[in-house]
Amino acid sequence: MAKLMTIHLRVWRQRGPEADGRFVDYAVPGVNPDMSFLEMLDVLNEQLTLDSEDPIEFDHDCREGICGSCGLMINGIAHGPSARTATCQLHMRHYRDGDTIVVEPWRARAFPVIRDLVVDRASFDRIMSAGGYVSANTGAAPDANAIPIRKDDAEEAFDYAACIGCGACVAACPNSSASLFTGAKVAHLALLPQGEPERKRRAVGMVDQMAEEGFGDCSNHAECEAVCPKGISITAIALMRREYVKAVLG
Amino acid sequence: MPFESRVPAGAIADKWDNYKNSAKLVNPANKRKYTVIVVGTGLAGGSAAATLAELGYNVKSFCIQDSPRRAHSIAAQGGINAAKNYPNDGDSVWRLYYDTIKGGDYRSREANVYRLAQISNNIIDQCVAQGVPFAREYGGLLDNRSFGGAQVSRTFYSRGQTGQQLLLGAYQAMCRQIEAGRIEMYARREMLDLVVSDGRACGIVTRNLVDGKIERFGGDAVLLCTGGYGNVYYLSTNAKNSNVTAAWRCYKRGAWFANPCFTQIHPTCIPVSGDYQSKLTLMSESLRNDGRVWVPKKTGDRRVPQQIPEDERDYYLERRYPSFGNLVPRDVASRAAKKETDAGRGVGETQLAVYLDFADAIQRHGRDRIEERYDNLFEMYQRITDENPYEVPMRIFPAVHYTMGGLWVDYALQSTIPGLFVLGEANFSDHGANRLGASALMQGLADGYFVIPYTLGNYLADADPGSTPDADAADFRAVEDKAMDRVNRLLGLNGKRTVMDFHRSLGRIMWDHVGMARNADGLKRAISEISALHESFWKDLRVPGDPDTMNKSLEFAGRVADFLELGELMARDALEREESCGGHFREEYSSTEGEAVRNDDDFAYAAAWAHDDAGAAVHKEKLNFETVTLTTRSYK
Repeated sequence: MAKLMTIHLRVWRQRGPEADGRFVDYAVPGVNPDMSFLEMLDVLNEQLTLDSEDPIEFDHDCREGICGSCGLMINGIAHGPSARTATCQLHMRHYRDGDTIVVEPWRARAFPVIRDLVVDRASFDRIMSAGGYVSANTGAAPDANAIPIRKDDAEEAFDYAACIGCGACVAACPNSSASLFTGAKVAHLALLPQGEPERKRRAVGMVDQMAEEGFGDCSNHAECEAVCPKGISITAIALMRREYVKAVLG
Repeated sequence: MPFESRVPAGAIADKWDNYKNSAKLVNPANKRKYTVIVVGTGLAGGSAAATLAELGYNVKSFCIQDSPRRAHSIAAQGGINAAKNYPNDGDSVWRLYYDTIKGGDYRSREANVYRLAQISNNIIDQCVAQGVPFAREYGGLLDNRSFGGAQVSRTFYSRGQTGQQLLLGAYQAMCRQIEAGRIEMYARREMLDLVVSDGRACGIVTRNLVDGKIERFGGDAVLLCTGGYGNVYYLSTNAKNSNVTAAWRCYKRGAWFANPCFTQIHPTCIPVSGDYQSKLTLMSESLRNDGRVWVPKKTGDRRVPQQIPEDERDYYLERRYPSFGNLVPRDVASRAAKKETDAGRGVGETQLAVYLDFADAIQRHGRDRIEERYDNLFEMYQRITDENPYEVPMRIFPAVHYTMGGLWVDYALQSTIPGLFVLGEANFSDHGANRLGASALMQGLADGYFVIPYTLGNYLADADPGSTPDADAADFRAVEDKAMDRVNRLLGLNGKRTVMDFHRSLGRIMWDHVGMARNADGLKRAISEISALHESFWKDLRVPGDPDTMNKSLEFAGRVADFLELGELMARDALEREESCGGHFREEYSSTEGEAVRNDDDFAYAAAWAHDDAGAAVHKEKLNFETVTLTTRSYK
């Protein structure tokens, strides 16, 4: 049986988008090192409920690192200390008995806080709607093997397509830029022949929408790549810029 | 509405064409006069919303997550089946059909399954056209792999993230229609009830999960694409927000619920580690292509796996099922694991696990090749368990994964309420008593991309264009009031137990008595225990917070209330079905070797439960098999 720990949490509480927020301290006893970070929050919320306090709101769904719902700033690092790991896959074995952990929501103008640790990421959906697709009506597709694609290209496209849209890249960026998110989709589709016909329109549409949403510009800090739970490379951003320049000038 | 499957006439291979050839059409100029409500944005809902909008309908799309891209289809790992026969290994539409209906233990409707196999190839074409990055060979053509329950390689995949890539394809197709103004997207909305007026489904009532507002939406048809109900077991591989509420509300409004006891317990999941556990994580079935399942031959052998010599290991699937080996279907593999752990041969700290060992595969193919195939799964395993599966065998155990049961639908995917269509995992139609791997993605996308566009048109062609019901009408207000009352009632309870506490208790009853092995005594016990728990729920529950803010405890409370009712119906359904078939294993109906014994004379039907205030009554859709001979499913 693993040794149980007591963890001290300092959590951002904010009742609503317009309300003032503040940090509140909690102690969570009996934390098993095999628990996930979110399971520890579940335990705390159970206790808060029984103590007639409002539980801490946080987004979560699949709890296996693929839906992109969860996302917490943990001691100042988006998704916490483990590389290539979303918050839901972070386990308490990375902490020691008595540790204090500061938990905050993503902070960016384009991600307003809804409540506590929950933010509104609809701006990402609007960037996607500004061109992050291939226009292929259902029923119009040729045979799947009609267009061979080099294995390396398909693999590289996949590396970018693996983005889960969690927003950690924005939270980690000193400029709150969404360049890694946007670049990943531009790169995924630009690498495939199916994405070719709309590549100019896509690059311009998505990049312009990103600016309109209030995300900052990229100035090559690469913090986004460091926290990305899917390890998406910032070469996506270089590729996006190239696509954008070619579209505007070419 | 009469209870008829409405399967079209003709030979099985012609039925879908016959349907399409005689279906009524809505003229292009009239389509924009119809509003279609689509609830859920997974593979079924996302593909349906995008395709119907492309056709010109007004679509209102709803999801409980903050974005349609997060629906739980995203977590599907292994792949999607199609009868392309690219590997030239003998596959065909017929074989995919046959494997699926046999895999379902002959408890699904022939015509639906055949249509699914026919459509499978179009799905792959469509997804490739959208830019889905499927795995490819060096020649640039698509790669396939094999999956449980089949002896051909027909599974297309994107590493271990096939569901994600297919869902993003559907989501992106939706994004295009959102930009075009043909889909109105309502995220963070939970459907709390269905509005039925003049016997037709004509709208929904939702709760806005941000500000708590109860809202009404009218439409000419409602498409329910809300997934399965595996979370009735509390611990499952489903996402935490997956729930039965939308489907259950439709059931309470008159849609019949078919085969609720048909649940799939997936053999390869990471075992439970403690009481705090909030969910279980699947390790894709594709791992069984290269991994070998074993336990020590000796009971209670606590040595570490590396110290157990080859001749003291029992590769029990290979031994019991030599022709399919580690690739037997899920229900068979799960039961076999249970048999070993019940006999005291389980491994790991809890002894509720078996090994899935890659040592041979790594030796045969090299670590690089195994990394290429499964690296993200191995990483995930290590993150959760802190063990390296390249060096130590994985520990796995069965967990609730998928529900074959769901709302009853006819061939057109229409429920017993006219105008209410049910797609994907939420319906009961294609997988019988057991679903084969890589066919959930196939069904979700078949229903959304290629079935509903035809069958919905056939329904709407008989409705006047522009007769969209007014969401301010009295029918809507009455449903809204009822939803509001329920919210207030939940918040007004001032007991001492949390929602999660009740959910866990329900899950334990379900797992113990309505799980991998069932018997009459246990099922009767489950019914009475659930009923007592249900009573306690409405007395002893405490739901914190307010109605008019984000309040996840309140959301979960409403869902658990419905799970309690569903759990009881599942146990009743399991009790009535006095046979073993697929995932439904009744201990009283098994052979001396422990294999399932089906009873086709008395139970070759789909059990469709109708709600009324006195309880639930069962109606039977007899399953007619014209093209396949019912045989004892053997994977030996």
